[in-house]
Amino acid sequence: MAFHHALKIQEEVCIGCTHCIKACPTEALRVIGGKANLIAERCVDCGECMRVCPVNAIIIEEDDFSKIFNYEYRVALAPSVFIGQFPRNITSRKIYSGMLEDGFTHVYEVEHSTGILKELINNYLAKNPDIRPVISSFCPAIVRLIQVRFPSLVGNILPVKAPLDLAAIAFRKKLADEGIPPEQVGLFYITPCAAKIAAVKSPVGEKKSPINGVINLNTLYNRIYSVIRREEKAYCVVPEKEQLLPDEMVWTLTGGEAKHINGRCLSIDGMSNAIEFLEKLENGTVGNFDYLEMRACDESCAGGILSTNNRFLVSERLHNRAAQYFIDKNEGKIVDNKSILANRDYIIENASLGTIEPRSIMKLDEDMVQAMRKMKKIEKITNFLPGIDCGACGSPTCRALAEDVVQGRARTSDCVFVSIKVKGGESMNQVVDYTEEIWGKDRFRNMLPE
Amino acid sequence: MSGIGSGITGEMKEMTYAFPIEGGDFIKAGHASSNIKKILNQLSLDPAIIRRIAVAMYEAEVNVVAHAYRGSMKVFISPEKIRVRVEDEGPGIPDIEKAMQEGYSTASEKVREMGFGAGMGLSNIKKNTDKLDIRSTINKGTVVEMTTFTKPKEA
Repeated sequence: MAFHHALKIQEEVCIGCTHCIKACPTEALRVIGGKANLIAERCVDCGECMRVCPVNAIIIEEDDFSKIFNYEYRVALAPSVFIGQFPRNITSRKIYSGMLEDGFTHVYEVEHSTGILKELINNYLAKNPDIRPVISSFCPAIVRLIQVRFPSLVGNILPVKAPLDLAAIAFRKKLADEGIPPEQVGLFYITPCAAKIAAVKSPVGEKKSPINGVINLNTLYNRIYSVIRREEKAYCVVPEKEQLLPDEMVWTLTGGEAKHINGRCLSIDGMSNAIEFLEKLENGTVGNFDYLEMRACDESCAGGILSTNNRFLVSERLHNRAAQYFIDKNEGKIVDNKSILANRDYIIENASLGTIEPRSIMKLDEDMVQAMRKMKKIEKITNFLPGIDCGACGSPTCRALAEDVVQGRARTSDCVFVSIKVKGGESMNQVVDYTEEIWGKDRFRNMLPE
Repeated sequence: MSGIGSGITGEMKEMTYAFPIEGGDFIKAGHASSNIKKILNQLSLDPAIIRRIAVAMYEAEVNVVAHAYRGSMKVFISPEKIRVRVEDEGPGIPDIEKAMQEGYSTASEKVREMGFGAGMGLSNIKKNTDKLDIRSTINKGTVVEMTTFTKPKEA
């Protein structure tokens, strides 16, 4: 099976350090030949590797901006965190007019669909009292993490599409209703993260995404920011701009989703927090929850790896804009023109996700007897590795190296300690003596011949 | 992974692991079950079966933490079945049948304050295992043996 990954390692930039292999929550990276290598079926596109890379060798591929001009109607599907990048004195109208100036014909915020989604989630909870807790399908990195690391929880994932897909369906329908031929419409998502790109290019639980392309949020931010600065005085008027409601503006921030869901809900953000909780959930040790909002990034989408500005500032700015809504409303500046409600039934009909399959990366072998044999070998190898998880072999831990050896991906002699022993340059006793000062007495006793 | 003592008997017929359990330490409760769950995941057991075993193991582990002084969790893995044996040194269970009832609990106030001791432990274990055997001696300890078959058994 082929997995599309948005994360790309630039070989010429990678210095082959071990930061990324240690940061990866699914042990998907190895250093081979002095460069980081990705094991495709393990990667969940969370971007943790990108955060820790000291030389920015990991990049996120995106569609070329000129691709939008392949379409007569060029729709930017923007997440609210895009608006949150801009200081408050730049109005959302100004930002949108900048986007139109830059080449889009329409701008539509993804979160317009969350009102309908809220209903769908609460209905699903009411109709399926046996499935608890239901885990949000919002964050594609979390969905993939569950598939590969917590396969027994796959059945808990909400089988309803994410706001992005619902908004795409809604806007496509709106334009079709206006008599625009579907093939002339190009929907482009402005993404704050790599996982959403993977979700568009190889969707889980649906055959094909309704989205035509993806533009990285920071790329667009830079473009728009310069457009706005250039046109400080005159900006074009945005026709019939729809207003996001305050709750919709903050949906993608931590807690923005859970607060609308009936019952006992939790909001969890950050990859390590999510893993810790899923671990407990799998053991059945966390009590009875109805719904889990779970996002891979700290501060949710405001903390996406393509979010240009600091996540706390982005979050604060969005909350401020949400508050501003009420002021504007009181002053009569806001027109209630939510077009999505006209197609409510159509969206609901098309909102279901297909089956989400588990695809465990932990299995040593499909066959249990073979897996047991491999396990035995792994334990044997682990027993004479140093156990300091230094990463010098290119695997993230000694245990991971042992697994790699048994799976034919590495050799035991990739371990520098073992290598010294095998090549016979220095006696192992000497090596152990040298390292005692750092690692303590008898630390590597297990590596000495009996 | 600490505390592993793996052994295999015969021609890959059975693997065994043992983990200690400390009585009264609620922070570490779940450590043994988590480790065994990891192993079962690697051995490509059906995720649904792993989840049942994980829940049963955790309940049994918490029982030791809540009621006993110390104990151990041993798991015997074969392609046909997973057998988990939880042994403890503790007060023992005076009336096993009663303890099996939902809601029955002898947990102390302190244990309940920590969110445990709802009296669902043993009945929950029963629900999640194919075979359950409990033996207990007052003032000595309890042995809980849970067996789960890896393939659905024909009735």
